[in-house]
Amino acid sequence: MEGFKTLLYKECLRFWKVGFQTVLSPVLTAVLYLLIFGHVLEDHVQPYPGVSYTAFLVPGLVMMTVLQNAFANSSSSLIQSKITGNIVFVLLPPISYREFYAAYVLAAVLRGTMCGAGVLLASLPFASFHVAEPLWIVAFTLIGGAFLASLGVIAGIWADKFDQLAAFQNFLIMPLTMLSGVFYSIHSLPVFWQGVSHFNPFFFMIDGFRYGFFGVSDVSPWMSIGVVTVCFVVLAVITLQMLARGYKLRA
Amino acid sequence: MSPAIRVAGVTKRFRSLQALAGVDLEVAQGEFFGLLGPNGAGKTTLISALAGLARADSGTLEVMGHDVVRDYRAARLALGVVPQELVFDPFFSVREMLRIQSGYFGIRNNDAWIEEILHNLDLTAKGDVNMRMLSGGMKRRALVAQALVHRPPVIVLDEPTAGVDVELRHGLWQFIRKLNRDGHTIVLTTHYLEEAESLCGRIAMLKAGRVVALDTTANLLRRFASHNLQVRLAAPVVLPEALAARVVKRDGADLELAFDRFDEVGQLLAGLKSAGAEITDMAIGKPDLEQVFVGVMSQN
Repeated sequence: MEGFKTLLYKECLRFWKVGFQTVLSPVLTAVLYLLIFGHVLEDHVQPYPGVSYTAFLVPGLVMMTVLQNAFANSSSSLIQSKITGNIVFVLLPPISYREFYAAYVLAAVLRGTMCGAGVLLASLPFASFHVAEPLWIVAFTLIGGAFLASLGVIAGIWADKFDQLAAFQNFLIMPLTMLSGVFYSIHSLPVFWQGVSHFNPFFFMIDGFRYGFFGVSDVSPWMSIGVVTVCFVVLAVITLQMLARGYKLRA
Repeated sequence: MSPAIRVAGVTKRFRSLQALAGVDLEVAQGEFFGLLGPNGAGKTTLISALAGLARADSGTLEVMGHDVVRDYRAARLALGVVPQELVFDPFFSVREMLRIQSGYFGIRNNDAWIEEILHNLDLTAKGDVNMRMLSGGMKRRALVAQALVHRPPVIVLDEPTAGVDVELRHGLWQFIRKLNRDGHTIVLTTHYLEEAESLCGRIAMLKAGRVVALDTTANLLRRFASHNLQVRLAAPVVLPEALAARVVKRDGADLELAFDRFDEVGQLLAGLKSAGAEITDMAIGKPDLEQVFVGVMSQN
């Protein structure tokens, strides 16, 4: 247990030591999205009755930030350790693969949550909203964050160079988050694209998270939490299998 | 008492390369053991398998009686590995890194031992310096410190003095000798054969994934090496058959002739004289591990 706690502490310390890059930068990026999209679309779009576009945008940006940073934390930590070779310091001690997994995922969820909380706080002066169902917010933050953190562990272990990781991030994570309803309600899409959106797990994470704020969503939050939980469990099983076999870590 | 290390029938293949082809060896507790071999002989693969960084295809490996797969926690607690590459985590200072490493091994509040290691490795003044800022030699010492945080009874050093200056090398060996005197088992791989000869009580030589020699250093020297009569002649001469058979090295007018007993030296000199050789310089060389190494590798 001490090994797990230390690895968790090390992973948190690692991102905290470069907090400008790992926490403040993503918050600033999300706030810029909020300012620009809010300014341009505030008077033209009202996704839900009684909810301004800027207020609608905030939960989407918060969740997008949580997800992207959870992925970035576990994936970048692992690939850096692999490429510099210092991963041996984690592989030599008596740390089980489950402890390894839990430490990387929890640290990533923590960074994602900190970044998300930062975006939420920074957006308070620009939008007024209340929190309808806080438990949904917590549930989607944790499960969605853990889903992306697991994906980050997979990507970090699979990628042999930064280029491959960047491809994973830019060709998979980024499009799926951008096309998940962060900036729009899927009801504004043509029927075909609404259907396609239902194959994107990120849509359920954003939609369910947004339900926690407004009490309204495109699909039932129960359905969203079900989809996200199943996706997370599947990824967790795959990641644990990879770690148990020592895929690309233990020759 | 279980051996410090037991390796039985271990094989490991990387695609077409048979890195380990059935390795058997035991290292007793308290030994200073050398693992020698040319590049690609399988030394690092064997160490990796022992440390759990690689998985053997077949066979068993134990550290202090603990199987490295089934009982990996106890095996890893008993083992400290100094890796060959100069790897470090650029986010942390030396002390932070040693505290973190202690925690990985389940040890809290390890500061007293960490300070002792830093002192012994002459790193106290660099304790709060980021790993990136250390010189190569200091990084090497920090790696040794990292392998010792959990006081492992067995310490494996994979080419710890590669690229290290003479002064640092001496300091490092003094410290490792002290650890050995304190009861730690030391396993060393190195390409500096004089280092292995002076430090290791027993040596295994690996070639193409097999142990091709395994004995005490003294026995290996007796079996595979001999004294040399090194002479420089005024001019090259044709040697009679009996003398020619003793030549181990010939470079123009420089000759090296092997002998086992010192009373043979007179016969060799007489033989040279009768062959018409005029000796301008002469020395006697002791048997060394390099001769053993070259002999063993060429035989296998």
